[in-house]
Amino acid sequence: MPSKRGASTRTLRCLGIESTADDFGVGILSSDGEVLANVVSTYLPERGGIHPREAARHHAEVAGKVLVEALKQASVNPDEIDIVAFSQGPGMGPCLRTGATVARALAAYLNVPLVGVNHLVAHIEIGKLVTNAEDPVTLFVSGGSTIISAFEAGRYRIFGETLDIAAGNCIDVFAREAGLRPEEGLPVAAIVERLASQGRKFISLPYVVKGMNLSFSGLLTAATQLLREGGHSLEDLCFSFQEVVFSMLAEVTERALAHTEKPEVLLTGGVAANRRLQEMIRMIAEEHDARFCVVSKEYALDNGAMIAWTGILAYRCGLTTPIEESHVRLRWRLDEVYAPWVEELKRIG
Amino acid sequence: MDDRLLIKKGAEASLYLEEWHGRRVVAKRRLPKPYRLPQLDRAIRGQRTKHEPLIIHRAKEVGVPTPIVFMVDPSEATIIMEFVEGKTVKQVLDGLSKEERAHLCVQIGELIGRLHKGGIIHGDLTTSNMILTPSGKVVLVDFGLSEQSEEVESRGVDLHLMKRALLSTHYKYAEECFEAIIRGYRKVMGTEATDEVLKKIREIEMRGRYVSERRLPSKT
Repeated sequence: MPSKRGASTRTLRCLGIESTADDFGVGILSSDGEVLANVVSTYLPERGGIHPREAARHHAEVAGKVLVEALKQASVNPDEIDIVAFSQGPGMGPCLRTGATVARALAAYLNVPLVGVNHLVAHIEIGKLVTNAEDPVTLFVSGGSTIISAFEAGRYRIFGETLDIAAGNCIDVFAREAGLRPEEGLPVAAIVERLASQGRKFISLPYVVKGMNLSFSGLLTAATQLLREGGHSLEDLCFSFQEVVFSMLAEVTERALAHTEKPEVLLTGGVAANRRLQEMIRMIAEEHDARFCVVSKEYALDNGAMIAWTGILAYRCGLTTPIEESHVRLRWRLDEVYAPWVEELKRIG
Repeated sequence: MDDRLLIKKGAEASLYLEEWHGRRVVAKRRLPKPYRLPQLDRAIRGQRTKHEPLIIHRAKEVGVPTPIVFMVDPSEATIIMEFVEGKTVKQVLDGLSKEERAHLCVQIGELIGRLHKGGIIHGDLTTSNMILTPSGKVVLVDFGLSEQSEEVESRGVDLHLMKRALLSTHYKYAEECFEAIIRGYRKVMGTEATDEVLKKIREIEMRGRYVSERRLPSKT
């Protein structure tokens, strides 16, 4: 259960809307950090990756239902909501716009402040809340992002990131190329993980770390090439592919940890569910006397709770988003966000 | 192991002062990473152990003094190289006169210019990776993070790191030192290429990625 955080004069309730990619989520949190509701509806493409327009259509269709479900789960009336937060970016344009439209309408109807939240900041903040981490090096790995970050002087700085595709995307595309399909409740990446655990022979693949940054596109091309050529078992290929992807992530995480000497490592994002990645990052944390924190699936995948929580944090520092500035920001970088609440929370203790 | 003296422990490699065939040498050993598959670990350490001497050699070709490499052992991930006599620029910089400081920084700027012109990015330009020999020559060391690139972005990041290192360790003289470095750099790279890199550095600073020293207005 999430812990209670920070002191405030009055308990506030924030409703957060997440819609950056294939998930449409609504979360409701109270300002003492209690998750009152967290409902997510995921768009499932019939084949291939996410088509932004199709995903946005799904979001528009389910928005009303998910909203009602969240309010029911939280047992609150709409007029008991004090803040409406939404993920303003980064993400896919049509998806973001759908969520933003719902948020604007809701805030206007309820006559409450609107807070635009950076999706990446939200992943870190909810991770900190649910694991009790205070000042971690964060490795955020998902289908859309691969970022190694830590807080320094007012912002979440980026110590390393991908120069081309995200690690999660690299795994998904590889899985589809291998002809893998999601099974009941299991995403393709989980099937890659299962096959990898049966692999024995290591096949050499491109390992590209440039200083603190990563590149996965060459690795993906080489791995798909080997798939097409045949000659290796799928288990061995999955095993080798995973080992290379995760070793690259681990190396940069370790360097950021050695450099910043932070007391914690936070692992989050969809790929955080992978056991082998968890094992590697845990070993690194232990080696540097840092606490290893891994975010559970409910809060590691895209969700509305993280948006609601970050909305509360920002609001308490006096940050709100006027309607005329609430346009979505497709390429909003993590380190562009001024995050005064982080030091504020430390000060309050 | 008793005749080994650890002189620097990095995130990736450790430096030892050792004796090798009667010579005082530095041994750079890349440490195994327990989280990596042993096979992959050996391959990565071996690859980097081979890559670093190649860049050290290429730096010599473009007129940048670097340590002499005596031996490379990829299987042990070890490079045996010359122990360069002298003091690090970090140790001496603050004790110099204004003129001496400017002279030294122009010299450093020229060396960085030669590297960049030759398509080499050092990757870790700090004053502790520069050794001033008794004869007044500057030797660049630690090419562990170096790469070959002619992109303005890479050059900008390289020089920006230098600037950041100056700001954090030689705060009082950082500005004049960096200006002198750019004067030296300009001599080698020419005005156009230098201005392009300076523009890129400003862009990198605005991105706010590598700048922890740029304080934001704090809330009270």
